[in-house]
Amino acid sequence: MTAPLLDVRGLSLSYGPVRALRGVSIDARAGEIIGIVGESGCGKSTLASALIGLPAPGATVAGEVRIAGEDFLALPEARRREWRGARVAMVFQDPMTSFNPVLTLGDQLVDFQHRSPVPRAEKRARAAAILARVGLPDPDLALRRHIHELSGGMRQRAAIAAALLMRPMLLVADEPTTALDVTMEAQIIHLLRELRAEHQGAIVVITHHLGVIGELCDRVYVMYAGEVVEEGTVDEIYHSPRHPYTRALIDCDPAHIDGPAGRLPTIPGRLPDLTGTLRGCAFQPRCPRAGPRCLALAPPRVAFGPTQAAFCHEAGR
Amino acid sequence: MLTYAIKRVGLAIVILFTVMFAMYALVFLVPGDPASLALGPRATPALKAELIARMGLDRPVPVQVWNFFASALHGNLGYDVWSRRPVAAQILEVFPNTLFLGAMALGWAAALGVALGCLAVVWRGTLIDRLLGILSVSMIAVPPFVIALYALAVFAVWLGWLPAIGAGTPGDPVSQFRAVLLPAFAIGITWVGYLARLVRASMLEVMGANHIRTARAFGLSEARIVGRYALRVAIIPTIAVLAVGFGSILSSAVFVETVFSRPGIGMLIVSAVAKRNYPVVMGTVLFMTAFYLLVVTAADLLIARLDPRVRDAFRG
Repeated sequence: MTAPLLDVRGLSLSYGPVRALRGVSIDARAGEIIGIVGESGCGKSTLASALIGLPAPGATVAGEVRIAGEDFLALPEARRREWRGARVAMVFQDPMTSFNPVLTLGDQLVDFQHRSPVPRAEKRARAAAILARVGLPDPDLALRRHIHELSGGMRQRAAIAAALLMRPMLLVADEPTTALDVTMEAQIIHLLRELRAEHQGAIVVITHHLGVIGELCDRVYVMYAGEVVEEGTVDEIYHSPRHPYTRALIDCDPAHIDGPAGRLPTIPGRLPDLTGTLRGCAFQPRCPRAGPRCLALAPPRVAFGPTQAAFCHEAGR
Repeated sequence: MLTYAIKRVGLAIVILFTVMFAMYALVFLVPGDPASLALGPRATPALKAELIARMGLDRPVPVQVWNFFASALHGNLGYDVWSRRPVAAQILEVFPNTLFLGAMALGWAAALGVALGCLAVVWRGTLIDRLLGILSVSMIAVPPFVIALYALAVFAVWLGWLPAIGAGTPGDPVSQFRAVLLPAFAIGITWVGYLARLVRASMLEVMGANHIRTARAFGLSEARIVGRYALRVAIIPTIAVLAVGFGSILSSAVFVETVFSRPGIGMLIVSAVAKRNYPVVMGTVLFMTAFYLLVVTAADLLIARLDPRVRDAFRG
C-alpha cells in the first residue's frame, strides 16, 4: 500500500475554552476520495479550514497535517501561502459569497494563478479551459461576469474550477452540493467523479449528506463532537455500521425509510458542551448502549478488518 | 451602465427643477414684497416701482416663473439689486475660493481618515485601535466653529504662522495655500473622525467576508488582499459618504468664510441675505444646489463603475 498523500495525526483545535477538534486522525491516498460526515457543529468545517492552515482567528491548533510527507502546519506562514492553491486547494461551501463581488470571475481566476510564471493571457486561457472542463457553456463570457451574474450551478462549477487551476495534489471540498437543488447536486457529483479519474491527488469531501458520501467516496470518517468515531469503506459504514452514533445517523437518513413514517426519526439529546475536557465517551449521554465504562474511560479504537474501525467500548460486543 | 447613468442624471435634473420652484416660491412666501423689504420703510413709491419693474415682479406669476427658469437655463441668474451686476458673474468670481477650500478640507480629511481607518483595522482590538476610536469620536464631537476660533487664536494670533483673514493674494499660489490651511483644518477635522470610523467598520466587515478567506486560501499576499480584494469593496460606501460630505463642507463654508473673512460663496450668501438681495440669494443657492447634485451624481456613477451589483440593480 502506498504512503498516504494526506496524513492527519492527532489534530486538535480550540477556540479559547471550546475544543472544536479533539485528536482527529485521518488519511487519504492519491486517487482516493474520502468523506467526512457528521451533523452540524461536529467540527467538519473546522477540520476543512485547519487542513489548509486557515482556522478562524484566535484558534489554537495542535497536531500534524502531513501533505506528501511534509507537515503543513509546522511550515512558516510564507511557505504555507506558497502551498495554498498550488498543493492544497479548497472548494468553499457557499460560492456566492466565496468570490469577490466587485471583481470579475476572470480577474480572480487569473489572480489565483499568481504563483504561475506564465503571461496573463495564458492564465486567462487556462481559466477558460478549466471552466469549459467543469461544464460552463460559455467560458469566455463567464470570465467577464461577476459572481452574482451566474446561476447557482455555474457558481459551484466555477468554485471547483478555481480549486483545480493550479492542479493541487489535495482538494478539500466543504459541502460542495449543499447550496444546490437535487438535479444540480447530481450533476456536481458526476463532475467530481469524472475529475477524480483525471486528478492524480486526493479529494476530501466534507458533508452532512450521507447520499453524497455514498455516491462519491471510497472511504468515510464519521465525526461526532470534534472526534472521529468511526472509519471504514462506504459499504462497511452503510451496511455494517459499528458505532452506535453511525447507526443512529444512518437510521435518521430519510433515504433509508421505507413506507410511510409518522415522525422522522431523530437522535435524542443534543451535542455535548465542547468546553473543557470530556470524561469518557462523548456520545455516551445519547447512546442507547452506554455502560458504566463509557462514563469513565475514553473509548478505545476497535478494528473490524483492515479498513473499518470504531471508537467505542461496546462496538466489539 | 448607460441606462443607469441616464437614470441618475435624469433624477438630478428633476431635483434641480424642484429646488428652482421652491426657490421661486420663497419670494411669495416672505411677508411683504421683496422690493419694499429691500428698500426699507422710508423708500419713495417711485423708487419702489422702479425696483419692482426691474425685478419683473409687476408681471403675472406664471410669466415670472417662466422668465426665471428660461434665463437660469441660459446661465443668467438675474442681476444684483444694488450693483446691477449679473449674479452669475459674481458667483463665478468667488466660487473658485470656496471650491479650493472644500477640496482642501475634504482632501486632507479623506486622506487622513481612510489611513486612520485602515490602521485601526490592522491593529484591531489593540490599544492603538482604542486610542484611534477615542480620537475619532472627539473629532466628530467638537463643533467646527470652536475649532475654527481656537485655530485662529493659536496659529494666526499667538504664533503668527498663518494669515488670520482673507483668501491670499490672487495669482500667488503660496499665499493662497497659506490662507486656506486654517479654514480647511477647521471644517475638515470632523470628517477625519467620521471617515476613520466609517472605513474601519467597512473594512472590518469586508475582512471577515468569505471571499477574503478564499483569496487567502489561494495564497494571495496580505497586501494584495487588503489593497485589491478588501479595499475595492470597502471603499464603495465611503465614496457615497464623501459626496454627501462635500455638500456639508460647502455649507460649512458659510460660517468658516465669515470667521476667516474669506471671499467665497458663503460670504456672498451671508451679505446678500443681510442686504435683502434676493436675486443673489436665489442665484447662489441654485448654483450650489446644481453643483452639489453634480458631485452626488458623479459619485453615484463612480460607485456603479466600481460595484457591478449597483449597476445591475438599476437595469430595467
